[in-house]
Amino acid sequence: MIPTLLRVYWTALSRDRVAQAMTFLLPILFFSIFASVFGNGMSKTARVPVVVVSEDTTAVGRRLVDALKAEKSLRVRTTARPAGAAQDVPEVPIDRARAQEMVRAGDVSVAVVIPAGLDTSLARFDGGGNAITLYSDPSDPIAPQVVAGMLQKVGMTAAPGMLAKNGVGEFERYSGPLTAQQRTAMERWLPALDSLATARDSSGRGGLLGGAGGDTTGLGGLLKVENRALLGPKRDNAMVSFYAAGIAVMFLLFMSSAAGGALIDEVDSGTLDRVLTARVGMNGLLAGKWLYVTSLGVVQICVMFLWAMLVFKLDLLRHLPGFAVMTVVTAATAAAFGLVLATLCRTRQQLSGISTIVILTLSALGGSMFPRFLMSPGMQRMGLFTFNGWALDGYIKVFWREARVPELAPQVGVLLAFMVGFLVIARLLARRWERG
Amino acid sequence: MAHAGLQRCEGSIAPAPRLRFNPPSPGRPTLPVLSVTDAHKSYGATQALRGVGLELRERELLGLLGPNGAGKTTLVRALAGRLALDRGRVELLGKPLGEGSDRAALGVVPQEIALYPLLTARENLHAFGSLNGMKGAALRDRIAWALEWTALADRGNEPIKRFSGGMKRRLNIACGVLHEPRVILLDEPTVGVDPQSRERIYDMLDRLRGSGASLLLTTHQLEEAEARCDRIVIIDHGQVRAAGTFEELVAATVGNHRRVAIRLDRAVEAPIPGFENGGDSSGAGSAMLRAQVDDVGAELAALLQRAEGAGYHIEDVEVRGPSLQAVFLHLTGRELRE
Repeated sequence: MIPTLLRVYWTALSRDRVAQAMTFLLPILFFSIFASVFGNGMSKTARVPVVVVSEDTTAVGRRLVDALKAEKSLRVRTTARPAGAAQDVPEVPIDRARAQEMVRAGDVSVAVVIPAGLDTSLARFDGGGNAITLYSDPSDPIAPQVVAGMLQKVGMTAAPGMLAKNGVGEFERYSGPLTAQQRTAMERWLPALDSLATARDSSGRGGLLGGAGGDTTGLGGLLKVENRALLGPKRDNAMVSFYAAGIAVMFLLFMSSAAGGALIDEVDSGTLDRVLTARVGMNGLLAGKWLYVTSLGVVQICVMFLWAMLVFKLDLLRHLPGFAVMTVVTAATAAAFGLVLATLCRTRQQLSGISTIVILTLSALGGSMFPRFLMSPGMQRMGLFTFNGWALDGYIKVFWREARVPELAPQVGVLLAFMVGFLVIARLLARRWERG
Repeated sequence: MAHAGLQRCEGSIAPAPRLRFNPPSPGRPTLPVLSVTDAHKSYGATQALRGVGLELRERELLGLLGPNGAGKTTLVRALAGRLALDRGRVELLGKPLGEGSDRAALGVVPQEIALYPLLTARENLHAFGSLNGMKGAALRDRIAWALEWTALADRGNEPIKRFSGGMKRRLNIACGVLHEPRVILLDEPTVGVDPQSRERIYDMLDRLRGSGASLLLTTHQLEEAEARCDRIVIIDHGQVRAAGTFEELVAATVGNHRRVAIRLDRAVEAPIPGFENGGDSSGAGSAMLRAQVDDVGAELAALLQRAEGAGYHIEDVEVRGPSLQAVFLHLTGRELRE
């Protein structure tokens, strides 16, 4: 009895290609995608984009900038075009104000400002001296930690002479002055120390302090560093808007797919045929379905964000215009995407399988599950091909960067382009239901 | 228009007029309201339609019959404007379908229950009425008419998922005719319903015809088609095999002879001349005598006299006229199609 049942089930499976794909290929596909997204397994580690402004004109300041530029984990910019300038305008050195603008605009996650007189604060244990300022975007909590750690490292390796000199100064302050012989030996050794650091910088290898070793995760250390978050002042709710948007967009996709799939039910029941024999053409039918799913999506996202506002104190009301624009455009695009899936698939079962694969993949690449800025550069670029990635960028701009509606133009424009493309594809695919 | 078929009878010897449930058409319907000419349609290598031509006349109930896969559904979809023919022409009220023809004059009742299951009967009627351009008081009045017409007035506010099959069928028809089309295509409107619902549906169709509509009906219920349709078109392999009234089809195919069966009080002991099984040994031992006659009035009495003259008492007589099923099988054969 049982062997018979086993044979029946295995035979049925061997003849069901969709079931085979869902059983064997889908797990491999998802493993590959998630390994790429979360494990950076198929790309290099993400380089942190950072702006460096040096207000220190001494050799220490210059050397620190050079050392930061040499760091492979950072992508350092020291020049940029003025805000709003055309592409042909030459870049100029970035100052403190421009650096803050760039962080607020999301061009970089961190700006490093090296103050004048930095040499006075190296290796000071009393908290005195000028501090390096990090202006950071809290939507990326990792970047300032990385940059701060790198600053401590390059501080040690780029200006060892100054550190040693200041360190000896601190020693003398608490233990009494060096002897004349000790001071002479010290002053002979310090240039050699800096030469060694210079030689290491040019060779790209760790030198005096052995490269990237040491604890570089904290903001304290030999260099005095202050981190100032420019955005998202309510740190307790810092990621709420991101996850509200991420989850909302992901479930918007599922809803759109399911609602669009009602078309397949209507085909099976003959209702679609009957509707098409009335005065409604295929254009009208698809438009009606699209508007319905769009309106449903708007309500769905509103409910999600209202919940986030009531329970997680998301500041929705202050961002209402941008939220409204992003929600309508995102819902309309997702609805068009749902129509593509529905018109593509022949059966509900096909739709269920394909939409699950596509939506989870889009959600992983687009950043609904894991912030895109934490992905590798390659995966971040792939995310640009997903419309939900642009939707999430728009929501982040609204809630994190306090972007006004006109500043959402790139995201809205791309989403509208996706939407038009989806509608055209759905219309073409729906031709098979028309007069075939 | 009514054909003079014979009622199947048991215990009676007289041929009777075939019972008709539809009112006779007032005058012979001749004007074509819907026609298709030289229709061709292929799906890959399969030719679904190969030069089909037919016409539906004014106030007529035309039966479209054919085995499974004969091309009925393809033809109906083409007549409904839902399928583009490879070649051929469909005209509605004298104009090419879709090119200036009044699509509102066409009502389609699909074989499927093409309704929204979560909506009530009234909401379904409202939806399909609106989709066909109706609105306001006219729509409300028509919905009230449809609920009465379908005997669903007391269930109008219930979601139709609670309805029986027959109730859904009636509502399915109502949604297709709500906008008062002059031409109505019905694809197997009585499939899967009980006899009571079937009678009600045909009563509804008769009322539609009474109001001036012309109906094209596809069905596998040959007895229904025989009893109710003014004309019948039989198609097979994508071609029209025969078209005409029942009598015309009979005359052109199986002929007008009748089958006579006489049951005796006991088995015959010797062959009786004039009966198929009375003249050979195979008939011996049977109490049932069979014969084929061309003129019932002239030949039946002689057959009965022969049986009684041989000393038997006649217990029952059955006279069976040619049936549409016989015509259908004659034209389309007996082999399975699917």
